[in-house]
Amino acid sequence: MNKEDIDRALTRIAHEIVERNKGIEKLCLVGIQSGGVHLAKRLASKIRLIEKKDIPVGSLDIAFYRDDLNIRKDQPIVRRTEVPFEVTDFKIVLVDDVLFTGRSIRAAMDALMDLGRPAAIQLAVLIDRGHRELPIKADCVGKNIPTALSENIEVQLKEEGMEDKVVIEKVGE
Amino acid sequence: MLNKKDLLGIKELSVEEINLILDTAAGFKDVIGRDIKKVPALRGKTAVNLFFEPSTRTRTSFELAAKRLSTDVINFSVPTSSVVKGESLIDTALTVQALGADFVIIRHSSSGVPHLLAKKLKASVINAGDGINEHPTQALLDAFTIKEKKGNIEGLKIAIVGDITHSRVAKSNIYSLIKLGANVRLIGPPTLIPKEMVTLGVEIFHNMEEGLKNVDVLIMLRIQMERQGKGFFPSTEEYARNWGLSLERLSLAKDDAIVMHPGPMNRGIEIVSEIADGPRSVILDQVTNGIAVRMAVMYLLAGVKR
Amino acid sequence: MNVLIKNGHIIDPSLRIDGIGDILIEDGKIKEIRIQNIVPPPPHPLPQREGESLKIPYPSRGEGKGGGKDSGLRTIDATGLLVVPGLIDMHVHLREPGFEHKETIKSGTMAAIKSGFTTVCCMPNTFPVNDQASVTEFIIRKASQEGYCTVYPVGAITKGQRGEELAEIGTMRNEGCIAFSDDGRPVMNSLIMRRALEYSKAFDVPIISHCEDLTLSEDGVINEGIISATLGLKGIPDEAEQIMIFRDILLAELTGGKLHIAHVSTEGSVKLIREAKTKGINVTAETCPHYFSLTEEAVKGYDTNAKVNPPLRTKRDIEAIKEGLKDGTIDIIVTDHAPHHMDEKLREFDMAPFGISGFETALSLSLRLVEEGILSMSQLVKNMTLNPAIILNIPKGTLRQDTDADVTIIDVNREFKVESEKFVSKGKNTPFEGWLLKGCPVLTICKGKIYEW
Ligand SMILES: [Zn+2]
Repeated sequence: MNKEDIDRALTRIAHEIVERNKGIEKLCLVGIQSGGVHLAKRLASKIRLIEKKDIPVGSLDIAFYRDDLNIRKDQPIVRRTEVPFEVTDFKIVLVDDVLFTGRSIRAAMDALMDLGRPAAIQLAVLIDRGHRELPIKADCVGKNIPTALSENIEVQLKEEGMEDKVVIEKVGE
Repeated sequence: MLNKKDLLGIKELSVEEINLILDTAAGFKDVIGRDIKKVPALRGKTAVNLFFEPSTRTRTSFELAAKRLSTDVINFSVPTSSVVKGESLIDTALTVQALGADFVIIRHSSSGVPHLLAKKLKASVINAGDGINEHPTQALLDAFTIKEKKGNIEGLKIAIVGDITHSRVAKSNIYSLIKLGANVRLIGPPTLIPKEMVTLGVEIFHNMEEGLKNVDVLIMLRIQMERQGKGFFPSTEEYARNWGLSLERLSLAKDDAIVMHPGPMNRGIEIVSEIADGPRSVILDQVTNGIAVRMAVMYLLAGVKR
Repeated sequence: MNVLIKNGHIIDPSLRIDGIGDILIEDGKIKEIRIQNIVPPPPHPLPQREGESLKIPYPSRGEGKGGGKDSGLRTIDATGLLVVPGLIDMHVHLREPGFEHKETIKSGTMAAIKSGFTTVCCMPNTFPVNDQASVTEFIIRKASQEGYCTVYPVGAITKGQRGEELAEIGTMRNEGCIAFSDDGRPVMNSLIMRRALEYSKAFDVPIISHCEDLTLSEDGVINEGIISATLGLKGIPDEAEQIMIFRDILLAELTGGKLHIAHVSTEGSVKLIREAKTKGINVTAETCPHYFSLTEEAVKGYDTNAKVNPPLRTKRDIEAIKEGLKDGTIDIIVTDHAPHHMDEKLREFDMAPFGISGFETALSLSLRLVEEGILSMSQLVKNMTLNPAIILNIPKGTLRQDTDADVTIIDVNREFKVESEKFVSKGKNTPFEGWLLKGCPVLTICKGKIYEW
């Protein structure tokens, strides 16, 4: 996917979010650190264009909720969780760049639950690469990209000093 | 990366490692400010508080830190343990490990005990204060508090006042604050400051008024009453007259200077109540931050692949 | 059995011998020395016997393997090896009676023999303290029954080493004590020390002083300085040693007694002793290999095996001690062999006992002084043979005809790695673990009995 593909996908997701929820009343976006946060902000500005209203955006770090602390090779970097609004009774759209095993989303849902009692949690992702290990399904998907487990998929964004791009590469064993 | 099994002292940490701990602690500070103050990060782990020296404060702080990481905690303190029966230190530690401890948090009156145990145990050893050597988590929480209040530590003028010789808090703070780029000065009677400390890059003042001029941060140390019989100073009254923190002396520091104390305080000796309870005091923030910092330490040590 | 040591490089300062030659031993006594040439050719090391594990030393049965009666002549080819009088270590702790879990007279003397020492003087801080003739008698009897080398006991200066009342120095002297010391502790009371130096003159025995002002060193465990400050360990300043050395020198001058300063560790101490000797005061001094081989840095990481009293000092002190050895201010090298049980060392640094198991690294560490050009080989040999013999007034440390056949044969080129688990001593407490050292005894003869490995 190139820059334009990403932008088109996000525009479509923005419309889908507004349609699904019949507006943006009591709705907010929460991006998962770090890629999801940038995408959530982009979605928010697109929704602003559609609805002419601001939608609250938060960021969520899931490091403390992960289940792989013992098996990861590198130490997780802990980023800030900033959800500067009450989540209770809000409908929350979780935003992430790539949906893979579903474990990050499970961790993110636990983290959100600890912040309050949301009315509903939905999931929007730019890429769904398959290989789910948990019963989790995205509500809005930018693009399905079937991959092999030996492949690595990376969403590069201009917010992180790169050109918008989705790269798939083989990882050497 | 904190690529270590144990936290033995600040001496053994790099600047990067200190900053990583402080940054991670910021995340935990958010957590403990919420309604649900607990995360599942270290679910199923076990921590043992192995305290050979009584300390309600530090032990409680570690206990709370562990619990908020969803780690089980056992308190193994001297009066209830077999140490009184003459069991050797190593045997006690091995017993604790056999109980299934992932973390052994140790406080001991002899310097170097955590280092000795770290070599013998597979569990992560966390130094909660050893003799007159170090108290690394106290220094980390102090650095965290200073950073929180002042934004940055580099270039700050920081005074550590009191019994440097016998204070593990002072030692750990000296190492960490120097590493983080502060200008550190030690203030106290010559009997309580090892003169060799200048080689570490600190300034030494024996006159409180001179030493306090323009400082940004004051770390007041607890004066131990036993010291007066040993000839370190003639009386606590004389100590207070010369090195106690009064409002008048505090006015010599910068207008926005903050005052810290590791507790428990001797009010009226090293610090007057007006300051301890006043607007410049961050003493209670230190207590809160202690939990976040200790959570960060445990979390990071657990994340090291071994 | 008779022994002929052939073609060795013989050094005996007592006879002013330094050359290639042969030694003939008959009936446990030196019979004859023949010197071929004065200038020795470069030594040829014997091929190293690799992989061969250390044998517990036992009296060799000699050449006649078939029957080994005491009649044959065994010839030892010492080509390329150094042949010196059996070494004397006048400051060791054999721990028996009372602390047999740390060391026994048997295990300690076995370690001594393996390390090239044929004579050792054991300090009186046993339990009970060697402060009366009955204990002295016990030690001497035990050593003659089980010991591998000659043991001379050092008696306590004061009863119970408490520093309060003089012990029966004369009676113990008659029983076999050759010197007196409260080692492990100083005699804090200046009057008692004065009396000891005065009284001992009647028996012509040296007073060995462990110099430490206990009020100044109180609770100290390592050298005072930046290392003690940053490790959080209580320091012992140089002055704790020097104040006592100065006091004892003044008392030696006052009384004319024979003063020997134990384990010199500081630059200031070397200076004080040098000045005293210049003034003609009757004082001698010793140091140990660790005081010229290690600095206080060795305790970093809280290694209790480097905890020793007096403590390891600084580079400056090492230099001063080497200078003191070079100019003769320090007369002899001793081990201060202080074995401890592993469990005693494996504990809190503050609580662990002081001391280094010193026998099995002593000679190799001392040979480094020759390598570095600080001492000539003959000076080193003198420091470990003739000098202690003179101070203690004993017929040892010499290859003189008709004296006990005590001979140490050294391969100065043989390299080995220090592995405490292979120590013969029960004390595995060495700060030199893993060090690569060069030069060690390969054969020791004590009163004509051969021990080799
Ligand atoms: Zn001694």
